[in-house]
Amino acid sequence: MVSKIRLEILTIEGKLFDEEIDMVVAPGIEGVFGVLPNHAPLLTTLNYGELQVKRSGQPDEFFAIGGGFIEVRPDHVVVMADSAERADEIDVSRAEESRLRAQSSLEKRGETIEFEKAQDSLKRSALRVKIAKRRGRRSRG
Amino acid sequence: MASLQDIKRRIKSITNIGKVTRAMQMVAASKMRRAQEQAIASRPYAAKSWEILTHLVEQAGDVSQLHPLLMQPEKVEKVAILLITSDKGLAGGYNGNTIRKTTAFMQDSNHQEASLITVGRKGRDFMVRYGRNVVAEFSEIPARPSTLDIAPISHIVIDGFLSGEYDEVYIAYTDFVNTLVQEPTLRLLLPIQPGQVDSKVMEKYLAKDEKPLSSGSVYTYEPDDPTKLLDTILPRLTELQIYQAYLESRASEESARMIAMRNATESANELVGDLTLTYNRVRQESITSEMLDIAGGAEALAQAS
Repeated sequence: MVSKIRLEILTIEGKLFDEEIDMVVAPGIEGVFGVLPNHAPLLTTLNYGELQVKRSGQPDEFFAIGGGFIEVRPDHVVVMADSAERADEIDVSRAEESRLRAQSSLEKRGETIEFEKAQDSLKRSALRVKIAKRRGRRSRG
Repeated sequence: MASLQDIKRRIKSITNIGKVTRAMQMVAASKMRRAQEQAIASRPYAAKSWEILTHLVEQAGDVSQLHPLLMQPEKVEKVAILLITSDKGLAGGYNGNTIRKTTAFMQDSNHQEASLITVGRKGRDFMVRYGRNVVAEFSEIPARPSTLDIAPISHIVIDGFLSGEYDEVYIAYTDFVNTLVQEPTLRLLLPIQPGQVDSKVMEKYLAKDEKPLSSGSVYTYEPDDPTKLLDTILPRLTELQIYQAYLESRASEESARMIAMRNATESANELVGDLTLTYNRVRQESITSEMLDIAGGAEALAQAS
């Protein structure tokens, strides 16, 4: 009987996470879903959002995921993210700064490529700010 | 014959050049290691995406109709080449080899008018000088690139292909084999050919022990149509290949530079050795001739008295 799942978080730049966990909550394209051990095989794309890792006896861990896809097997979950960051590695003030920067360059509206890049960067940084702030509140509360 | 002073000055300046090239050799060595590490770090991702792609293609059957990025053109007329070179020189034959490979390809395959997308100043300068059709250029990409730095490049490539502007896109870069061997490579980037998953290119990145996704197991897909997933996977795979090609080129560049600088350091040391020998000989000769002068003078004095 499998009681744990192995979770891997991969990005093009490298492997971010590879451990045995109890449950993972991921931002699927059609809604947030949780994965427990022995989940049916699933292949889906991911949205911008937050990925939550639950382990018994340890505080939950959060990751900011910037889209990608996920493969679920009964004992193994692989997240292939376009970008992924551990919540406690996000610097709130820097994230906020980059959010403002992205917003201002969006307002200027340059070429399409620049525009899409800025839009992407705005989504990403807004998410980072959100996740980092929430984590901050929890640790205070 | 150069004067003693001249030789001394040359020895000094060549010693300095040797010091500079030695320092550059060290810097290149450490940069090479970093680029290699980074290239290796993207392996798990690469392996997994190929795996999922093969799985999806297996499920679907006819490949070329699945997705525009997989569609084989009926006739190849317009071709684009993504040429990856360095911004800086002093790297031996590194840039020259890749550029030669590219121009040879353009000549042989009759794609003289191919659109070029250059990464790195050296390739751009060359192609512009020879009046080639450079449509986009990228330079000053950071030494440790993130995917965000590569995104605009893949954007141009993919958009160009999807809009029908190019029938095929090739990528020219330098494959890093080891410190001494770097191989200029030119291969097809788009359309993606899932059949070639085990081609030489990806072989390097695929872990041997990885269990393949069993085609027998039934997956649930979200969105329901598994081919929709290709929309997500294929552009990423393209970006990944460009990213890896860039890192390979980067590692090659630095190792080529390291070797070039090591040769330069060795030549400098040899030259210093030769010059020191000349210096001593000239010095000895001048002492001898002075001695002869003195002896001759003394002789003349003795005879006069």
